[in-house]
Amino acid sequence: MNERTPVLDLACHAILVLGAAIVCLPIYFVLVIGSQSQQEIMQVPLSWLPGDQFLANMQSVLSSAKFGRLLLNSFIVACGITFGKLAVSLIAAFAVTYFRFPFRLTAFWLIFMSLMLPIEVRIVPTYESAANVALPLNILGGWLGWQALVDLDWNLVNSYSGLILPLIASATATFLFRQFFLTVPDELCEAARIDGASPWQFFRLVLLPLSRSNIVALAIILFLMGWNQYLWPLLLTTDPDMATAVIGLKKLMPQSDSLPTWHVLMNAAFLTMLPPTIVILLLQRWFVKGLVDSGK
Amino acid sequence: MPARNSGSLAVPAGAGALAPRRPATRRPLPAAGTGEAESGLKRAHFDDWRLPFWLLAPQLFILLLFFFIPSVRALLQAFQLTDPFGATTQWVGLQNFERLFRSGVYWSSVQVTLAFTLAQNILTLSAALVLAFATNHIARGRGAYRTILLLPYAIAPAIAGIMLAFLFNPRVGPVAHLLQGLGLDWDPNRNSGHALALIVMAASWNHICYNYIFLVAALLSVPQSILESAYLDGAGPIQRFLRISLPMIAPTLFFLVVINFVYGLFETFAIVDATTRGGPAGATSILVYKVYQDGFVTLDLGSSAAQSVVLMALALALTFAQFRFIERRVNYSV
Repeated sequence: MNERTPVLDLACHAILVLGAAIVCLPIYFVLVIGSQSQQEIMQVPLSWLPGDQFLANMQSVLSSAKFGRLLLNSFIVACGITFGKLAVSLIAAFAVTYFRFPFRLTAFWLIFMSLMLPIEVRIVPTYESAANVALPLNILGGWLGWQALVDLDWNLVNSYSGLILPLIASATATFLFRQFFLTVPDELCEAARIDGASPWQFFRLVLLPLSRSNIVALAIILFLMGWNQYLWPLLLTTDPDMATAVIGLKKLMPQSDSLPTWHVLMNAAFLTMLPPTIVILLLQRWFVKGLVDSGK
Repeated sequence: MPARNSGSLAVPAGAGALAPRRPATRRPLPAAGTGEAESGLKRAHFDDWRLPFWLLAPQLFILLLFFFIPSVRALLQAFQLTDPFGATTQWVGLQNFERLFRSGVYWSSVQVTLAFTLAQNILTLSAALVLAFATNHIARGRGAYRTILLLPYAIAPAIAGIMLAFLFNPRVGPVAHLLQGLGLDWDPNRNSGHALALIVMAASWNHICYNYIFLVAALLSVPQSILESAYLDGAGPIQRFLRISLPMIAPTLFFLVVINFVYGLFETFAIVDATTRGGPAGATSILVYKVYQDGFVTLDLGSSAAQSVVLMALALALTFAQFRFIERRVNYSV
């Protein structure tokens, strides 16, 4: 097709430039406001040019708002969710596709059901479960009349495991790996068995290397998801030292009765969105693959 | 991405790999004669029950603690009444639901949610379609545009909310000043329509990139041969897009509509909480926000649980819709 459509070409570029501008405008203002001083942001109208207070603002974000600690928390939580979910779902997917055992389909459906209810719709009881993981044992103890079980208490509020574990409890990754394992040629497993490989050896030496690209793609999606979590860390962290960076931002939002410190907020927002942005920019190809695959 | 306007008649080789239509659900059929047509099991498999038990144990244990027990308790709580201190609990049957469905505040929250999800859906999908068409049409610079247009995916919904709340802040926001300069009395803190518009824009800004990626992949997978023959019949680029590409990517569109509803219903909590906090006067109190408010702020646990159950039903309906369309999508492939 050698058609010439100069007007349409121009219009398409104009549309894309406009789209890119709309994407960039808020990000640009994060940088601009994050580099201005308190006096500058009080001016009406605001200057659209960056100031020279970027490092000073960053220092106050890191010291007075303790963002160093919050960024570390975010990093630990995001990595915990990524590794935990990948590990748990890889072996679970291996079990349901490569083994014949009683209740195999029951196990699959139990896992599959968790795809249907996002954490947002069962937020109160999930919080209660995390506030006391021993709750089911308490109820059991109540029925059996065992006081020792009733008094059991295991609180995950303000802990990393509390921030990580409930977010691992979803089957998206398991489902994705199951779909992938089903497309792996049967001959590989047959050959491995003829060569005398145990199931575990087959998993480690054949299946894992084959899944590498899927694992990387999914790891990126999970890291971004973990880093950007909001509702769950908001509920589960009452101790400001255990909050994640995104939650820390909420606490920096200017309140109506105090001096609006937009410059501190925007500087902190910049620090918070920097790691996921770097991940997306560096690993774009993998990320696109992961996104399109996990949508299935 | 393979060049679309390359002039060759062949279907671009890499297109199928990117398309969401990849037949991942098709599995090799079991060998004839074995009689083992167990669904989702590899033909070459291991017969053992101890190892799979240990492999499944971590996932099932976490699901039990943080999925099944909470879900069942959410169902139970919907039929119970608990005082805010958790001291007494009694069965009240359907009373929570009756109270909920008679409450005007709840129905106005339903209306707000409906308006919000619909507006967000239409804005997100149409903007993404236009951008995907433009990306597909141009020959140069696709990579650069795509890199920028994908950026919002990295940015947390809460931060998207904060950024737009700043731009549209009636006192300091640059965009708000532009609107005021145009004679519009913009103030999302007092005007409920403006507040709703603000969260719709923030949600779309954050989610257009997701739609865009899927649409670009789908447009790439439209067979070049069909587009070529339409071209020979005299159809222009826009006509080819509307008459051929759009119907052929309809399954992807359906899928994205469902995903956008899921996003709007459940994942926009952060945007609302970081910008309007449900205000002014409940004008942006979407259903998920109200569950949180009643469950954790006003401690009306019975009502919150009943609302959770309503949302669960919605989530289930959307999941089924999604799987129906996925089935449809597989059958559509040419």
